[in-house]
Amino acid sequence: MCLAIPGKVLKIERQAATVDFGGVRREVRLDLLRDVREGDYVLVHVGYAIQTLDEEAAREILKSWEEVARGEVGA
Amino acid sequence: MWVLKIVAELLKKFRDRDLATRILHEIRKFAPGRRVKFMHVCGSHEVTITRFGLRSLLPEWLEVMSGPGCPVCVTHTAEIDESIELATQGYLVTTFGDMFWVPGTQSSLARAKTDGADVRIVYSIEDAIEVARRNPSREVVHVAIGFETTAPTTASELLRKPPKNFSLLVCHRLIPPAMQFLLESGEVALDGFICPGHVSTIIGSKPYEPLSERYKVPQVIAGFEPIDVLLGILMLLKQLREGRREVEIEYTRSVRPRGNVVAQEKMREVFEVVDKRWRGFPVIPKSAFELKREFVDYDARKKFGVLVKESVDFAEGCRCGEVLRGVIHPSECPLFGKACTQEHPMGPCAVTSEGACNVAMKFGKF
Ligand code: SF4
Repeated sequence: MCLAIPGKVLKIERQAATVDFGGVRREVRLDLLRDVREGDYVLVHVGYAIQTLDEEAAREILKSWEEVARGEVGA
Repeated sequence: MWVLKIVAELLKKFRDRDLATRILHEIRKFAPGRRVKFMHVCGSHEVTITRFGLRSLLPEWLEVMSGPGCPVCVTHTAEIDESIELATQGYLVTTFGDMFWVPGTQSSLARAKTDGADVRIVYSIEDAIEVARRNPSREVVHVAIGFETTAPTTASELLRKPPKNFSLLVCHRLIPPAMQFLLESGEVALDGFICPGHVSTIIGSKPYEPLSERYKVPQVIAGFEPIDVLLGILMLLKQLREGRREVEIEYTRSVRPRGNVVAQEKMREVFEVVDKRWRGFPVIPKSAFELKREFVDYDARKKFGVLVKESVDFAEGCRCGEVLRGVIHPSECPLFGKACTQEHPMGPCAVTSEGACNVAMKFGKF
């Protein structure tokens, strides 16, 4: 029920966007976000973008724990 | 297109088998010399855990319980009865797919439809409002279920002033008060919470902090890929070992400490926080939303004043309540897989795709 899937914002028109979910396109409402830009990745829940995806943060958390799991820093 | 590919590759890493094996190795190293019990409170976490067989990979001293994270399951029977009553009285009722099949005291929306009621499944509240626009002569009632992830979409549409023939049966519920209820009751001794990623995308990490302070319990907000859940577990164990009791975020690609402020503002504008019964629970203080007075015209309860007589939580023998409170695993219910199956579900937990019993039946062994 709280499922949200990431998609890429292709086009914005007022409070709605066309979002690409790996080939499938859907209209998505943008009312719950400020400052979304075309090209951003958004998480979409029941037809609404609820957050923009922070790639850098995703990379960082993976990196820090990959190091732990490799034994490079004490867990 | 290259950006698309890079992000897809990045997200794929959260399913990486090799990394999973290494995190599991780290988890096993903790061996605290006692049993440790964590709980998650999200149907999607249960799907990830069961679908990828994570429980069987965890060391035997570590147990992960499923809590009240399925919004359809915890919607009270009386509310389901209300929606069935409205449909039976001739109102056009819209709802999300999972809600359609859930048993009330005696019937379900699905059965009401078979008996001639006009019940329609919608993908979003926007679709429900579209149904109202296309049927101006009908009263359309949308059953608005869901936690903090979904409630902002309801708020947002109300603020856009839907047509007058549209109203809501608001059943939205709030997760942190339910977590507090579980900690306060002490029915299950918990060593930590895996907090829900998408609820937290909206509310942020702050609302959980009082729980860590008051009940000395570690919490980690985790995402929904196997690596997310395993990292969440590892981070909880690390907190336990280091004697820290705080709220950490693993799902950093979506959750910011302050959450989604726009969504929060809209919820505050439209809803009032009230005490409410959850299915399988008594009244949980400040655990649900109701429409504020300004929106009374959109409140189906006020508009149509349906009366529901006595409602019964569960069929005889169904232990869904204990499943929802994280007291037992589904397989501990004597009816599991016998009298209660996916084809003939006895309780809400076996009906909806996020109910722990349904997930366990669908993805096999516990
Ligand atoms: S297995 Fe069926 S009867 Fe048992 S608790 Fe789950 S839903 Fe209820």
